[in-house]
Amino acid sequence: MNPGEQPSRKSQPLVELECLDELWFQVSGTLCNLSCTHCFISCNPKNDSFGFLDLETVRGYLTESRALGVKEYYFTGGEPFLNRDMLPMLEETLQLGPASVLTNGTSLRENTIADLRRIALRSSYSLEIRVSIDGYDAAMNDPLRGKGTFAAAMRGVDQLVAAGFLPIITMVQTWPDERTLEVFTHFSGELRRRGYSRPRIKILPTLKIGMEESRTHGYLPEERITAEMMEEFDPNDLLCSHSRIVTDRGVAVCPILIEAPGAHLGKSLADSLQPFPVVHSACYTCYLHGTICANTGATLGTDR
Amino acid sequence: MSRRDAQRRIALFGGVYSNYLALAEAIGDARRRGAQELYCLGDLGAFGPHPDRIFPLLRENEVRTLAGNYDDSLARGLEDCQCGYTDPRDNHFARISYRYTFENTSKENKEWLGKLPREIRFEMAGKRVLLCHGSPRRMNEFLWESTTPNHFLEKLLHDHDSDAIFATHTGIRWSRKLPGDKLFANVGVLGRPENDGTQRVWYSFVEARDSALEVTSVAVNYDHPSLMREMRAEGLPDEFVETIETGWWTTCLEILPVKERLRGRW
Repeated sequence: MNPGEQPSRKSQPLVELECLDELWFQVSGTLCNLSCTHCFISCNPKNDSFGFLDLETVRGYLTESRALGVKEYYFTGGEPFLNRDMLPMLEETLQLGPASVLTNGTSLRENTIADLRRIALRSSYSLEIRVSIDGYDAAMNDPLRGKGTFAAAMRGVDQLVAAGFLPIITMVQTWPDERTLEVFTHFSGELRRRGYSRPRIKILPTLKIGMEESRTHGYLPEERITAEMMEEFDPNDLLCSHSRIVTDRGVAVCPILIEAPGAHLGKSLADSLQPFPVVHSACYTCYLHGTICANTGATLGTDR
Repeated sequence: MSRRDAQRRIALFGGVYSNYLALAEAIGDARRRGAQELYCLGDLGAFGPHPDRIFPLLRENEVRTLAGNYDDSLARGLEDCQCGYTDPRDNHFARISYRYTFENTSKENKEWLGKLPREIRFEMAGKRVLLCHGSPRRMNEFLWESTTPNHFLEKLLHDHDSDAIFATHTGIRWSRKLPGDKLFANVGVLGRPENDGTQRVWYSFVEARDSALEVTSVAVNYDHPSLMREMRAEGLPDEFVETIETGWWTTCLEILPVKERLRGRW
């Protein structure tokens, strides 16, 4: 197949939504205070191609999610804490079920963390805070995420730990596989040294779309899921078989593909329950690595 | 409701993880409390010593048993226990545990594991009861108290035509009553303490009472120093022995959500 060519409709591998277990919210759209060079959806301080979600919108989808039996709620962006309704959104969500928020941790204010603590303690469900840091020091992280971002994000981690959270540090793997254990051990040691006694680290594969496509390279033409590849494959390993994401344009298939053609499935969750053709290049990464976006799976970090 | 049903008492054992001393103690305890039926919700092997010692206890005491992910892996000769760990440390210990259990479970017992059902259903106090390992939809699904919403459980009960679901798999017991007199309960495990700093392990005792199911968690104290001696003699990792001794989990921590993780020491 030539680059950019789509497989014929007949050979398109379709993935059914088995159950809507994870509901994501793109709460700050594509707006972020950082401009990471490997961002798979090109988020930056000026990219408003996707906008903020308001509390009322989130509330509507939360209500709809109950009848569908949604198990977990995730909040992402952009940088979610740019949305001034982030805290009330989390508070209302945590009345229904567990919530996770994916932040770069660089702009967390003391009063925000105090509010997060209050919200977390008040709920019987878990509030997970995931902080993106892409290296164990500034030399490794800052070329990807921007000057000074390592120090700023680690300050955020320090504050979260002091407030009683066990943040999950997510790192995009920009190093060869053989270095993974060393990177993990080094970062784990650094976190411990700073007082995070039981660090949780999750390593993610790069997604070669968005900014990352120009930083390194995109997917090769043969890096696509075919219908044949789906035979004998458990579709449950693909995020699209059990999740959807709410954006300001409606509901899309998954957090990775919001900018992809055909990824938007309708206005309501009910509209979005249709099967999805996993013909996009980034689907190949999900096929190889499993459900990479969820909290569990591909997590490192229990070295006592 | 028949008179027999009105007085029905059953005991539900979660993961045994080769802890035959705790299983023997729990069976005796359940019988003394008047349990007429005993059930085991799977994961017979793992973690502890001498996995073959579990099987005669189950058979001789007519414990109706269903398959857990560990049992399924052993029966099918899979490479791992299907817990889905990705942490290198958790995987390291999971491999040791699985290899030891695989090598020390007889061919006959593996075949027996292969014949276990994935779920057991019956009626009790007019309620449709479903017993399973992780969840009715996936044997290895973790249903933790802090990550399982009420509306999710209500849908699970509806989708699986049941009024009460009992599961195990996570290692930490919890239960929740739901609208319409429905119920979900994780019965706990006998294999290791539940990360609470004590040596106790747990099972669940269920009684039919006034057309309702009353679930009681029962703590089991057993001869844990003997278990520790046997684990050491079998060359099982010190980290496993430490958990039996201290009551704090030292491995398999990756899967814990933050609320459950914060209750533990590590």
